[in-house]
Parts: sequence; structure tokens; C-alpha cells
Amino acid sequence: MSMAQREQSERGWALEPHDADVRVCGWGPTPEAAFEQAAVALTRVVTDAPLAARERVDVHCQAPDRELLLVDWLNAVIYEMAVGGLLFGDYSVRLRGDRLEASLWGEPVDRARHAPACEPKGATYTALSVGRDRQGRWTAGCVVDV
Amino acid sequence: MDTSRLTRIDETSWQIEPSGAMRVPGIIYGDETLIRAMDDKVAEQTANVASLPGIVKGAYVMPDAHWGYGFPIGGVAAFDPNEGGVVSAGGVGFDVSCGVRTLLTGLTVPEVRRVQERLADALMSSIPAGVGSHSGITLQGREMDAMLRGGAAWAVEKGWGGAEDLARIEERGRMEGADPDCVSERAKKRQRREMGTLGSGNHYLEVQAVETLYDPDTAAVLGLAEGDVVVTIHCGSRGLGHQIGTEFLRDMLPAAAEAGIHLPDRELACAPIHSPIGERYLGAMRSAINCALANRQILGEFAREVFARFFPDHPLDLLYDVSHNTCKVETHTVDGRPRRLFVHRKGATRAFGPAHADLPEALRGVGQPVLIGGSMGTGSHILVGTGAGDKAFSSACHGAGRAMSRRAALKRWRGRQVVDELAERGILIRSPSMRGVAEEAPGAYKDVDQVVIAAERAGLARRVAHLRPLICVKG
Repeated sequence: MSMAQREQSERGWALEPHDADVRVCGWGPTPEAAFEQAAVALTRVVTDAPLAARERVDVHCQAPDRELLLVDWLNAVIYEMAVGGLLFGDYSVRLRGDRLEASLWGEPVDRARHAPACEPKGATYTALSVGRDRQGRWTAGCVVDV
Repeated sequence: MDTSRLTRIDETSWQIEPSGAMRVPGIIYGDETLIRAMDDKVAEQTANVASLPGIVKGAYVMPDAHWGYGFPIGGVAAFDPNEGGVVSAGGVGFDVSCGVRTLLTGLTVPEVRRVQERLADALMSSIPAGVGSHSGITLQGREMDAMLRGGAAWAVEKGWGGAEDLARIEERGRMEGADPDCVSERAKKRQRREMGTLGSGNHYLEVQAVETLYDPDTAAVLGLAEGDVVVTIHCGSRGLGHQIGTEFLRDMLPAAAEAGIHLPDRELACAPIHSPIGERYLGAMRSAINCALANRQILGEFAREVFARFFPDHPLDLLYDVSHNTCKVETHTVDGRPRRLFVHRKGATRAFGPAHADLPEALRGVGQPVLIGGSMGTGSHILVGTGAGDKAFSSACHGAGRAMSRRAALKRWRGRQVVDELAERGILIRSPSMRGVAEEAPGAYKDVDQVVIAAERAGLARRVAHLRPLICVKG
């Protein structure tokens, strides 16, 4: 996605450069959409392949502020990827105060089809932000250790 | 990095003078080119580390450093528990005890060249590499706890390798003070099927030729001769270490606030060493060190099994096994007085000098091997610690260090192109992901030769051998 396209799109995700790791970033009309898109970006750290919504996993987390909640959310996704051997392509996030509830849809890792590039180890507090951008869209992102 | 902020001490040492909240200076090692190529964030993070309570002497940065989270990667800092010193999950990192082991094959390059393709394929099929790979080992319950307490010694008991391996591993293969009760069930669950797996990213198994000897006498003590072939494995504590890092980074945020510690950066989350959470972290982190030691021991044994099919008369003796992301209790002399300090090395290698009591007897005359990882094409180095002046608490660099982001690498190279170009140079790459190969292209890393020369000139360690890759199984 070019910078111009990114500026204009209502919702989307991006992977931003970091020396050794990568920053995942999502944006959308609501905080929930930004969180969902950040998780899509996290998936794209691993694979560019299309992903089927064959399995559903539900997660919840709680944190004192929205930034910490984003880190917890991405770490919950990383955990489910690692433990379940899954890759998720679709996310539905619900935010209630300091609590997040979400559903994740995906499929088991298929090494031939997905050709996974690298595995996220954990979401970090580096370059962590949740807020509105100049267009009024919600954005959410942080560096992920890979 | 903007060098106007630094005081140049000598050719390879630069100082950040204490200012603001800094309790000690920051010392960055590297030649001018390396220093200028470092991000300004490295200096900022070094100054932040220097502000933590109980820090001793200085916050040190190795020549391969780049900005990480909280501590720079390539950062070293020691804390005194009796002066309010802290332990920091961010100062150890997510991949606890990620490290390198090198095995001697006793083979020559022509012997390996004769079977190079088949050997590469056999290693690829036997070394579980990349996302979603499994070794067939499943651990849980008491056996998981036994592994977390026993490290490589547990792996040897289970039949992966021999007792003679243990002397050639830091901590003799088993980190004391590990407490599996401090490791969450989530972390254990994440590790359940990950023993004996290489991981992904910059983790690899390489078959390497000893190309150049800088010090033949020391090389002979290490068992290295020009034209020999060695096997090097780079990996860590896998999901268990990642989960411990994740959980304690979060839990140490409120703990730091409760202890009245001002954190200039949330990634510096830490706790007093003498505090319940500090002690819990140490119990968990030491368990993760054992996990990494056991993992590398198993992978080393997998490599032995593959080599035995081709060369049954050549057992792969372990040269040495080092860890990069740790916090260890060590005695260092500060201002003429020996002190027990908690030394954090994040992306740095312990580099004890000759005669150190923690070294195996066979290596005590030459110093601790420092195994510097390469990047598929550029080669690796073996150095030994000098002990000279106990610089940076006897630490040295750990690799080339990235010079370019993964995204930038992807824009510049294609995986197939990298594989083909390396094949023309006699280096066979095997990887489940061509995108992963592009992200890890040799050109995305700093010049490893320049890094180790800077480390040598700075007196951190001295070069013994340069290794050239023949086969690389990339995670």
C-alpha cells in the first residue's frame, strides 16, 4: 500500500521498519477496528498467504490503559498462534472499558502453503501507541520482537 | 549516531557523559564507522539503562549494537543487590539464553564437499526449522519441570549427547537457581512441543569451513585447524522464554512503580533483585536458560545423528556453547574490591579471560570461546575472552547485528535470488521460507569482520578463527 493509499483508506494495516524487528500498525474508524487491523498486520509478519477461517478461538484480556491492552491483545494472539499451531486471518474485537474480548478465525499452519517467514516472540512497549491520527481514524501499533 | 553527544576515549571506546538521571556513564565500543551507523536510539537507550538503580561502573554497548526495546541489543549492565540493584526482564529480552554452540567434526572441506547436497537435504529433513516445525518430543508435567531444572544435563540423562558435553557448556550445562514453580502454565504450555526445534528468524544450523586462523596456537587448543569443518547452531529457549519475557515485562511495570523506580522507558521494566517479583523472575529466567541449554543439546544430537549417516567414524565433539540473553550472578573486581553482581547481557557474549575458574580445564589457558554468529553468506568468527581489565564485565559482541530492517531487506532481495547467488559461492541454503531468506539476506547485516576487529581492538576478545559457511539450514 502506498503512503497516499494508506492516507485515504478507512481501515488497513502496515508493517513498519525497525532495525531488527518490525512494527505492526492497524487503523480503522473505531479502536476495535484498529486493534483488529493491528492483529492482521501481526499475521502478515508471518505469512503473505491467504488464510481460511476454519477454526475459531476466543480470547480476553484486561489492562489499565488502552496501550497496554493493545500489547496484551497482540500477545494473546501470539500465544494462540504458538500453542495452537494456527494462523489467523480474521479478527473481531470488542472493547468494554479496560477489557477486551475477541474472536480469532484461522487455520493450522501449513508449511508448504503458508511458507511462514518468521515467528513473533512477543509484542513490546516500543513505539507503542493507540490514538487518533490527522484523519480522525483510530490507529494502534507497536514493535513486535521476531 | 550523532557522535557530537559522545566523548571519544580511544580508537574504539566512546563515552556518554553522565547527565540528568544517569548514575554512571555509558560506554560504547566500536570504530567510528560502526558508531556513526548506529541509530541515535542506541545512545538514548544506553543513557536510560545508566539511570537504573544499583547500576555499577557503566552501561556498556558492544560494537554490533542496535536499538532494541529498553536495553539496546548488545547492551551489558551489572547491578549490585546491596545497593538497590534491579533485575530487568527487558534487560534480558524475550529469547532468554538464545545462543550458539559449535561442534567439531574432524572432517575436511573436500570430504564434506563430496556429500554437500545430500548432507544439506538430510539436515533440512532432520532439524526442525521454521514456524510450525516439530521434533516429535512432547514435554509436560514433571518431565517439563525436570528439564527446566536440569538443562543440558537433563538432555544428556535422556540420551541426547554424552556427559563430556556438559563441561563445554556455560554453567556446565545446568543453570543453578532455576525454579519451575516460577514459570507460568502458559509458558510451559507454549513449550510443550517445542523442544528440539530451531525456531525462525535469525536462528540457523550451519556447516562451516575453518577458513582463516588468526592464532594457530589457541586454535589448536580449541581443536580447530585450517580447512576443518565445524557445525554451529544458533537458537534459544523457544516459546517458553518468549512467554516468560512477555509476562514479566508486564508484571514488572507495576512492581517498578511500587518500588519507587522511575522508568524513562516502559521497556526498562525491572524490580529490585531482593523483592518477591525479582526473585520469581530469576527463578523463571534461569529455568528458561536451562530450556535453551537443553534445546541446543538436543539439536546438537540431531546434527550428530545426521553426520553419523555420512561419516560414522566422526563423532561431533562439542567445542563450546554460549548464551547471549541472560542475567547471571558473577564476581567482578570493581575499584579493587570483588563484588557479586547481577550482570545483564542482552545480545552480548560472556568472555571470561584465561585462568577463570568457571572455564573447563582444557580451555583455562586460552580464555572462554566467544562464538560470533554469521548471516548465511558473510561467515562467522571464533574469538576468546582476554580478561584484560575486565572490560564490560568480561563481555564481547554476539553477531554482526542488523544494518537494515526486514521490510527494507524484502524490498531489496528475493529469497530465490539470495539462495542462487550463495549456491554459486558454494553455500547451500535450506529453508522453509524464501521470504524468510530474503529478510535474513547477508547484506541486511553489518560487516561482521568489522565488528569483530572493533571488539578485538577494544580489548573485549581476540580473534582465533574465521569460518565460512558451506550449508545453512535457516529457520
